[in-house]
Amino acid sequence: MTAVLPDVARDNASLRRFLSGLPGVDQVGAEARAAGLFTRSIKTTAKAWAIDTAIRMVDLTTLEGADTPGKVRSLCAKAIHPDATAPPVAAVCVYPDLVATAVDALRGSVVAVASVATAFPSGRASLEAKLQDVRDAVAAGADEIDMVIDRGAFLAGQYMQVFEEIVATKQTCGPAHLKVILETGELATLDNTRRASWLALLAGADFIKTSTGKVTPAATPPVALTMLQAVRDFAAATGDARGVKLAGGIRSSKDAVRYLVMVNEVAGERWLDPGLFRFGASSLLNDLLLQRHKLATGAYDGADYVTVD
Amino acid sequence: MSDAVPAVNGGRLRVRKTYKLYIGGAFPRSESGRSYPVRGADGTLLAHAAQASRKDVRDAVVAARKTQPGWAKATAYNRGQVLYRVAEMLDGRREQFAAEVAAAGDEPSTVDTAIDRWVWYAGWADKYAQVAGASNPVAGPYFNFSLPEPTGVVGVLAPQESSLLGLVSVIAPVIVTGNTTVVVAAEERPLPAISLAEVLATSDLPGGVVNLLTGRTAELAPWLASHRDVNAIDLTGASAAARPELQRAAAENVKRVYVPRHTDWAADPGTSRLAAFVETKTVWHPIGV
Amino acid sequence: MAKFEYAPAPESRDIARLRASYGIFVDGEFRDGAGEAIKTINPANEEPLAEVADAAPSDVDDAVRAARRALPAWSGRPGGDRAKYLYRIARAIQERSRELAVLESLDNGKPIKESRDVDIPLAAAHFFYYAGWADKLEYAGFGPSPRPIGVAGQVIPWNFPLLMAAWKIAPALATGNTVVLKPAETTPLTALTLAEIIAEADVPAGVVNILAGGPSIGEAIVRHEGIDKIAFTGSTEVGKIIQRTTAGTGKRLSLELGGKAANIIFEDAPLDQAIEGIVNGIFFNQGHVCCAGSRLLVQESVADELIAALQQRLTTLRLGDPLDKNTDIGAINSAAQLARIRELTESGEAEGAERWSPPCEIPERGYWFAPTVFTHVSQANRIAREEIFGPVLSVLTFRTPAEAIDKANNTPYGLSAGIWTEKGSRILWFANQLRAGVIWANTFNRFDPGSPFGGYKESGFGREGGRHGLGAYLDV
Repeated sequence: MTAVLPDVARDNASLRRFLSGLPGVDQVGAEARAAGLFTRSIKTTAKAWAIDTAIRMVDLTTLEGADTPGKVRSLCAKAIHPDATAPPVAAVCVYPDLVATAVDALRGSVVAVASVATAFPSGRASLEAKLQDVRDAVAAGADEIDMVIDRGAFLAGQYMQVFEEIVATKQTCGPAHLKVILETGELATLDNTRRASWLALLAGADFIKTSTGKVTPAATPPVALTMLQAVRDFAAATGDARGVKLAGGIRSSKDAVRYLVMVNEVAGERWLDPGLFRFGASSLLNDLLLQRHKLATGAYDGADYVTVD
Repeated sequence: MSDAVPAVNGGRLRVRKTYKLYIGGAFPRSESGRSYPVRGADGTLLAHAAQASRKDVRDAVVAARKTQPGWAKATAYNRGQVLYRVAEMLDGRREQFAAEVAAAGDEPSTVDTAIDRWVWYAGWADKYAQVAGASNPVAGPYFNFSLPEPTGVVGVLAPQESSLLGLVSVIAPVIVTGNTTVVVAAEERPLPAISLAEVLATSDLPGGVVNLLTGRTAELAPWLASHRDVNAIDLTGASAAARPELQRAAAENVKRVYVPRHTDWAADPGTSRLAAFVETKTVWHPIGV
Repeated sequence: MAKFEYAPAPESRDIARLRASYGIFVDGEFRDGAGEAIKTINPANEEPLAEVADAAPSDVDDAVRAARRALPAWSGRPGGDRAKYLYRIARAIQERSRELAVLESLDNGKPIKESRDVDIPLAAAHFFYYAGWADKLEYAGFGPSPRPIGVAGQVIPWNFPLLMAAWKIAPALATGNTVVLKPAETTPLTALTLAEIIAEADVPAGVVNILAGGPSIGEAIVRHEGIDKIAFTGSTEVGKIIQRTTAGTGKRLSLELGGKAANIIFEDAPLDQAIEGIVNGIFFNQGHVCCAGSRLLVQESVADELIAALQQRLTTLRLGDPLDKNTDIGAINSAAQLARIRELTESGEAEGAERWSPPCEIPERGYWFAPTVFTHVSQANRIAREEIFGPVLSVLTFRTPAEAIDKANNTPYGLSAGIWTEKGSRILWFANQLRAGVIWANTFNRFDPGSPFGGYKESGFGREGGRHGLGAYLDV
């Protein structure tokens, strides 16, 4: 796993030195670059392509205490057929105890089942409890696991501990692919976002993910920029392309299209694929569908014309 | 009861304005439910104004504090543009204000001076730091610079005898540098103040930057002066007799206290009101490879 | 074909309200200049945009006389009145910002993204800023009642037409001067539209006069005995001519000339943002910027990595129709400028530097030059010493801070410089050592009406912007 950059993870001090040695991120400059990318004007055919691509990249999510099997089944139906002509989304994302319901409802479709795990969203539990969470989800049939890192350990400088938890979780995933949620809002700085990204990638994350969606700020343009740069640089250093998932606060098609521009120009077109880029969202899908209607019909649409689920 | 602004078509009944407080960008009545009659210079009843209470003072301070960081963080250019917009709105309502100010017993020409005063202060937003700040040539390999920063929430007792020009002259210098304020309007001439609040509310000025209370100055001032979440207080509208006690109360949290030297509102204001409500921050950084 | 092809996103040309002809503005009136009528063209497709009646020396005489007549009343007005006029102009520019942006891109060739997001907003902001000084001059540090110089002759370049007009007119008027301004020959349209805005603002006749014309009109202004002050922005070569011409005449002079700025990158720089700074530094406005970061000085230990990342980044630059909202690199302003850029780049190859450009589709018509990076450049090469004024970057390396300083300062120019490092003390040390009027640390090409701009050495003298910018127009 860490054969790619062998010695950096031999102990906490080396890992910390490596992470601190990564180039700093100038916050003002990063925000300006992100804002500049967001001035791209994506119209007509480009917009249609972007909207359809964005739909195919959605992890349609419900993570509420009040979730029921009925709610999950309804979400899965939407995931397979968002509307009469739209493509299916990438995955449905639920809590571990609802994975079996989702697997059942999605059987035979191309939509994957993603499960949060590891004491989502806080991550504050024993390692054993967190790994059991993962085992339960995998046993129930989850294709993808979205774990949370221990932010407390990260902020306290216990990088090896964070690293080892990711390694252990990856092992427990078996065939399931692993997304590592950094919870960038709690990490607070872009420098930390860069360091946590590299740490997670070194530990074997298939995807790095911004947020649980339970904390604000969640996915922001400069955070997304920093994470896309991380996977780009990691791929350049190791030959291995890993993915990025933006979750939390992305509600409009406009945002989604803008982020696809950012993926295109920062990481590169290889990442314009649900295998390497996802949007974790709930209300975004409906806005994508509304924009799709407008492009097709030329008229503005309203909430009555998309389903609530 | 007469109408402050005469009917245009003789005989048409006016829709009379209710004069309320201006707190957090909204126009609530006093939580005490009180109001008091406001009479014109000729003794006629003009309207009733809300009579603010200590709880209104408390709520206004909360609103001012909440908005202050955002207002201070806005670029100076943005603050200047907002203040200029206030002047645009005031100029559009010139005739209305001239009538209200005349009814209060002030010279209508002070309205034009008030508008121009607002324009003058708008232009200070992105310049005051260039005049009050400095790079200091210290005797060592250090970069050393001093910058003015807003002090925070400022309580202002507006002058009793100038219903608009004096009011504008005490508010603008406070907010242009990034402070927010709780203002107690002239007790007997509060109506132009509430109309000014309407102008502020339509000028892109964030709610809470200026909070305006009408009522009895002697009742409200001590609550502002002793409030520990207020950073500074302008005693212009306090009577000479009331000032010593207010200054003692201000000492509770070492408030910056401003007592005006003169109240000739027509004169060039100078920069003392700008300087009174900023803190100077000085920063050092070594210079070396 | 790329996965994500950006469809054309053209800004509407009609918004510019282009007219068939534009007149010059003298003594409050629009009229045909007594000189030749010339056609100003769109450098993106070489098509004519409009006819402009150029001024003749007789127009210069009329304008100077009008400015002189208007001077006593204008300088005698309360500063608060002058402020109000300037605020009106600022607000009008904001209102008509989209129209002005499109017109600027048509006439100059720069991407609409830049005229819309940089040129026009900064022009409005400049008027806004100086409006506020007009009635506060006694606080500006020039004495208790500073007086204007008188009639100012102002000659501006083609690279930021409206913005340069704002930089000249706003401080001059705020301080009570009257002006005769000549925009560049290839970019008169936004200045003449500004004249309309000024007229609509009811600025008294003669306070601002705007004449279109070529170098001979510029010369007529510089030589005119009725002018008290000359402000010039343009090439160092012409700046020297002006300085010689005005010698001994008693005319006050300020010059904002060329540059060959060093952008210095240390190994501990925030690299991704440094790359943005490099790109912005030399490719913003097609490199037609006096303060462009045209020399990249990169610490040798990180040079290869940086250049590879830079080349990667340059492949996302889009060259093409300036009115397309996704265009990053627009047209070169004129055939003459294009020829100069070509000549210098050819010398770069001839002198042994290695040339690279990202793949770019160059349109058939119009004046275009692909972004170009030269590596293995040495200090003695022409491309390291002469101002190219185009999208061409010359890369040199250094080993130590002292070497970086020596190389950065080793030029007759001194307008700007960039320094990229995470170390604060090093930023300040470089700021102390660099002989340049504007130093950008961990950023580049930042402009603000409150920030004084101007050069050391042959980049000129005098500052524009900020409190200091008032000094050029006060008799102190």
